[in-house]
Amino acid sequence: MAKVFSRPERLRMYLKQYIKEMQQLGVDSIGIVLMISFFIGAVICIQMKVNIQSPWMPRFTTGYTTREILLLEFSSSIMCLILAGKVGSNIASELGTMRVTQQIDALEIMGVNSASFLILPKIMGLLTMIPVLVTFSMAAGFGGAYAISFAGILTPEDLTYGLQHSFNQWFVWMSIIKSFFFAFIIASVSSFYGYTVEGGSVEVGKASTDSVVHCSMLILFADIFLTKLLS
Amino acid sequence: MIEIQSIKKSFEEREVLKDISARFDNGQTNLIIGQSGSGKTVLMKCIVGLLTPTEGKILYDGRDFVAMKKKEKALLRREMGMIFQSAALFDSMSVLENVMFPLDMFSNMTLREREKRAQQCLDRVNLIDAQKKYPGEISGGMQKRVAIARAIALNPKYLFCDEPNSGLDPKTSLVIDALIHDITVEYQMTTIINTHDMNSVMGIGDSIIFIKEGHLEWRGDKTQVATSENQSLTDFIFASDLLKKARQAFV
Repeated sequence: MAKVFSRPERLRMYLKQYIKEMQQLGVDSIGIVLMISFFIGAVICIQMKVNIQSPWMPRFTTGYTTREILLLEFSSSIMCLILAGKVGSNIASELGTMRVTQQIDALEIMGVNSASFLILPKIMGLLTMIPVLVTFSMAAGFGGAYAISFAGILTPEDLTYGLQHSFNQWFVWMSIIKSFFFAFIIASVSSFYGYTVEGGSVEVGKASTDSVVHCSMLILFADIFLTKLLS
Repeated sequence: MIEIQSIKKSFEEREVLKDISARFDNGQTNLIIGQSGSGKTVLMKCIVGLLTPTEGKILYDGRDFVAMKKKEKALLRREMGMIFQSAALFDSMSVLENVMFPLDMFSNMTLREREKRAQQCLDRVNLIDAQKKYPGEISGGMQKRVAIARAIALNPKYLFCDEPNSGLDPKTSLVIDALIHDITVEYQMTTIINTHDMNSVMGIGDSIIFIKEGHLEWRGDKTQVATSENQSLTDFIFASDLLKKARQAFV
């Protein structure tokens, strides 16, 4: 870790890497985040309407519960679990391949602090982009819920009222704060598994799988503590 | 000049290098030869600092590399260039960007100057037309030549080549050998080549050390190889019947 957070040799090159990582890890994930969030938002809305709504409950219940699920858990925790699969395996396999093809050795021979040059921009890139992705996920989830309302399952007015009912702004911030921790877990754990690969392609595949498993476990554990701490 | 003194390296209880001392002069190609598993790659890794020897000294023009602090090592590494067995080019960068990388990291040149220098290096290895291609789009021999261009971009004093002919056809191997030899003489570098390619031994072996089971078995040059009385060396170099006959005819 100390090697990763040491002073960069050439800031210009690190900034270049940082922008590249934001593009590769963040911008390239926008599509999948929007798609998954849209459909899950729609499904949550249907499930709430079908299973929770009853004549004894106010009509805004569906919108209200959909909003709480999206804000409190789905857009931060579940979305980060999904990103641990996509981004985490990408990081581990990229670094692992660089290790087995001696590209990391080449950096070391040149006198470049390879851990810092390769890992720090990934951590910074994900810390920047994951909160943005989480925000997009919330918006897309609400979009999915509205799509369902326009399909006639509930009225857009009821949904809008439910989404606005007893709105607590802190829940949005809580989600974003949690996502910072999850971003750090994804980037650092995956980088560790990729960077320390020894062997060949089989080990790279194993490192990729291990990184996703451990990232997911750590995200779930961290979610418990962060939810308790921030609620 | 690089000098190694009484280098020993052990992995747990297994001693891989057993008290090796040698001197590698500048302006000539110094070859380390030996069978697979003899310890030559471990020796090379110790010399470049990817492994730390258990005992012994590695002197770069009198400067003890093992005893250096991290910052001093990082500075010395800027005087080194290395060509790996797999070329180790950065996949995500074009050929030009690969060659520019050490300049981007460590030189204070402007972008135009860095580009010009990288193009000069690519021109030196006859690859100026491939500058916009990516490593995956060029052949193994071309990748090795890009690796040579990248290694010489910062005008290094020391050049290390780990089996530079591995996976190449004999004709391309000769081109790579000639290129490394010419560059060594041109830039007056201290070049160390790890190889078990017999064409390299006979073609560019200005100075040769032969490692067997972790110890220094023989030293000499390409003119002494054929006439050497060392049985292990002749068994290793002239392994095939054809080469044995050629040696007998020569002797």
